[in-house]
Amino acid sequence: MAFYVLRRILTMIPTLLVISLLTFIIIELPAGDYISNQIAALRAAGESASIAKLEFMRSEFALDRPFLERYLIWVGLWPGPHGFDGLIQGNWGWSFEYDKPVAEVVGPTLPLTIVLNTATILFVYVVSFPIGIYSATRQYSWGDYGFTLVGYIGLATPNFLLGLILLYFSNRWFGLSIGGLMDPQYIGEPWSVAKALSILAHLIVPTIVIGTAGTAAMIRRLRANLLDELHKQYVTTARAKGMREARLLLKYPLRMALNPFIADIGNLIPSLVSGSVIVSVVLNLPTVGPVLLNALQSQDQFLSGFVLLFVAILTLFGMLVSDLLLAVLDPRIRLGGKAPS
Amino acid sequence: MDVLTVDDLSVDFVTPEGRARAVNGVSFSVPENRTVALVGESGSGKTVVSQTIMGLLPEKAHVTGGRVLFRDPATDGAPVDIAQLDRKGATLRAIRGNRIAIIFQEPMTSLSPLHTIGDQIGEAAQLHRGAGPAEARELTREMLSLVRFPDPVRGLDAYPFELSGGLRQRAMIAMAMICHPALLIADEPTTALDVTIQAEILKLMKDVQETLKMSMLLITHDFGVVANMADEVVVVYHGRVMEQGSAAQLFGNPQHAYLKALLNAVPRFGMEPGERLVPIRPIEPHAEGFLKSGRTRAATPGTPLVSLAGVTKRFVTRKAGMFGGKSHALLALDDINLTVNRGECLGLVGESGSGKTTTAKAILRAIEIDEGEIRYDAGAGPVDVSKLSGADLLDYRKRVQLIFQDPFSSLNPRMTVNDLLSEPLVIHKVGTPEERAERVRELMRLVGLDARFLRRYPHSFSGGQRQRIGIARALALNPEFILCDEPTSALDVSVQAQILNLLKDLKRELGLTYLFVSHNLAVVDYIADRIAVMCRGRVVEVAPTRELIENPLHPYTRALLDSVPEPDLDAPLDFARLDAGRASEPDAWPHPYRLTDGMAPTLVETEPGHFVCAPGLAGNAPLSSVKEAVS
Repeated sequence: MAFYVLRRILTMIPTLLVISLLTFIIIELPAGDYISNQIAALRAAGESASIAKLEFMRSEFALDRPFLERYLIWVGLWPGPHGFDGLIQGNWGWSFEYDKPVAEVVGPTLPLTIVLNTATILFVYVVSFPIGIYSATRQYSWGDYGFTLVGYIGLATPNFLLGLILLYFSNRWFGLSIGGLMDPQYIGEPWSVAKALSILAHLIVPTIVIGTAGTAAMIRRLRANLLDELHKQYVTTARAKGMREARLLLKYPLRMALNPFIADIGNLIPSLVSGSVIVSVVLNLPTVGPVLLNALQSQDQFLSGFVLLFVAILTLFGMLVSDLLLAVLDPRIRLGGKAPS
Repeated sequence: MDVLTVDDLSVDFVTPEGRARAVNGVSFSVPENRTVALVGESGSGKTVVSQTIMGLLPEKAHVTGGRVLFRDPATDGAPVDIAQLDRKGATLRAIRGNRIAIIFQEPMTSLSPLHTIGDQIGEAAQLHRGAGPAEARELTREMLSLVRFPDPVRGLDAYPFELSGGLRQRAMIAMAMICHPALLIADEPTTALDVTIQAEILKLMKDVQETLKMSMLLITHDFGVVANMADEVVVVYHGRVMEQGSAAQLFGNPQHAYLKALLNAVPRFGMEPGERLVPIRPIEPHAEGFLKSGRTRAATPGTPLVSLAGVTKRFVTRKAGMFGGKSHALLALDDINLTVNRGECLGLVGESGSGKTTTAKAILRAIEIDEGEIRYDAGAGPVDVSKLSGADLLDYRKRVQLIFQDPFSSLNPRMTVNDLLSEPLVIHKVGTPEERAERVRELMRLVGLDARFLRRYPHSFSGGQRQRIGIARALALNPEFILCDEPTSALDVSVQAQILNLLKDLKRELGLTYLFVSHNLAVVDYIADRIAVMCRGRVVEVAPTRELIENPLHPYTRALLDSVPEPDLDAPLDFARLDAGRASEPDAWPHPYRLTDGMAPTLVETEPGHFVCAPGLAGNAPLSSVKEAVS
């Protein structure tokens, strides 16, 4: 098992390298770069005073080098103007738009992004499991139809609309401040219990909004999977042993139906980040999503590159977690190699 | 005293299309410590009866009349009417798995793949005998040794996918037995198993019944199993009891026409040459038109059509490693030498995993072989199949066709019969659309199906009809060589007889050559001219059918023949002989048959046409000494 974990982690390294290369290609696809665009703009306006400074910055950030070299310098596998100084060495790059290191721009948003994503995934699983099980075991009952209807509405409603409605009511009924992830007075304040509670209260609406579609989809899939399993022979075997229905359901078919959901953890993360950009903008959430949107618009390449890579790492980590969980839960995967034909 | 009395039981299925009566006034009883066999074809309602007794009927089934009285000999209490109990209620749960237990047909799917068998077996003890986890584990270990698990302690922590089918079925039996039930229901317990394993499981069930003094309700369609196991027999057809009585009565003097017909449809050893099985619903193939005359059968019958020389195939299973990992080679075919003559039917017999299907696939060129040569003689001299390409390969594909084992999964459910039958013609660009339509109708007549069925989809046909569609599809291109991969193993006996006769007639009418792969020796005996026996990827014996059945030389062939249950009370299985050892272990065969790894499985000719794998005699040994050594 330890060997398996080690192997999985080691195989992540080449994967990450490939992803970083692809990311770099994508963010470099639009013509020019942030600084050369600025230079062009200044030239057009007839100002040439600050051009020299920008030219200096271009060489400072190695933007005048060939593509592959730029990539390697960014990753930190090639000496740049200041020696080896890239992602590997912990330098996340420079944000031209904010005129700050990337670390300072995204730093505060990363923990909140992770918290929000984790909360959303938990929400999706906690809500969809009981409903999915209920729908499968009582197929074609009124409850099943009801949840199906609610699920389709959840899938069909635009997220930001739902977000606005929920924000309005939570402000009216519970007095929560509109938007943001905490009450305005806590922004920039040191951590305290009150601040944490405020964040928790503000997490509810975004979690529900971002999680609804995923929940609805998950309910449908759990229902379908479980319905398949419920009619398998081994369930009859268990019933023939005289087990209670509820215990039987949890021990046998549910565990079989779990695999696709665990395998999904890795896939959920990127869709939550990219799918929640609009919601985050509308709800004014200080997460990575809006930062990414801005960076892509203004060709702030090191910032957008870092965010894309960050999401990729989250995904890989999610995949690792799901692979490990699968190996723990399913002996066929864990012992796969040893099975006699 | 009767443990179970089923009295005038009727069960209806309520579907959107209306009510269908699955069981109609069935009455029988199971005496204490006896075995009653419930015999019938699929759809006869025998499984519904067993589900009623277990309280496991599906939601849409309703007991509309009659009683199912269970009298527990251990408590001597009043009989309980199971039919009246709530199917999910506590009373029935306390009986189910405790006093009445069941074994299912499919050991592959009856166990949860995610739990150890120790967990799954011990569960019943925890539920009914109030055992704690440790005690349940100990009871499970005892049970596993009772069902003769090779290593009970290790077996406890094994997962089902790590075990063979026979071991899984042993685990199922252990699970059913752990609470020492008064009644065991065995629903086709050996149908999915190889014949040698079947014999062992049957022996095991008899022994366990002896030890635990229980009654058994055996549900089966195999009269061979019935003859070996049952004290009393109940024959059901369409939900009604056709005939019941002691086994001696039913086998010796069957009364009802249905039972007689059923017995006549079972292939058995020692049938007269030319004697035909009598299917319940016989069909007449009509060969005419293009099929009769399409291909000129230039070559003379009896000359080699396909010959395999030193064919070897290794399957490499990869073990997970850092990058790539270690690979482990499994020898699926080891130096196979085999010839199929034009116009004959060669039967290929062996257990699952013996390589018989791999051989068929290699001939089809569905898989590439690693060593050796497969030569095919289309009339212009033998050609190496592996070197065919382009138009030659296409021509080869036309000449060689396959009939599959499972008529349910081998037909695309989204294609009509017309599409299925004309697809080969379209692929090979045969004829105009009008000619194709004519051919498809001819094919339908050939397999005795009505041309009006052409627009239907496969799901509206029975298993036997689907298999006939599969045969028609194989014949569409007018092939000369057909590989039949267990074409009847998924079918009822009466339908099996129908299909076997159809194949026989087609072979005669169309001058076909068959390679008939099967694990059922009686079936092969009926249809084949010569038989080749395979074991662990090697051919161990080849001989003309009669010679092989009457004078088997190889220990594996003998074991195989010994373990076929015959539908004859005077020829019971010799259970004592089965104990002699695992006959499918090449290391354990006596000299001169012993085969160890890396040894060439040399075939030695003992009689003209009778070859046996005896590497100990290979070389210059004269024929007479061979005969001495093997006799």
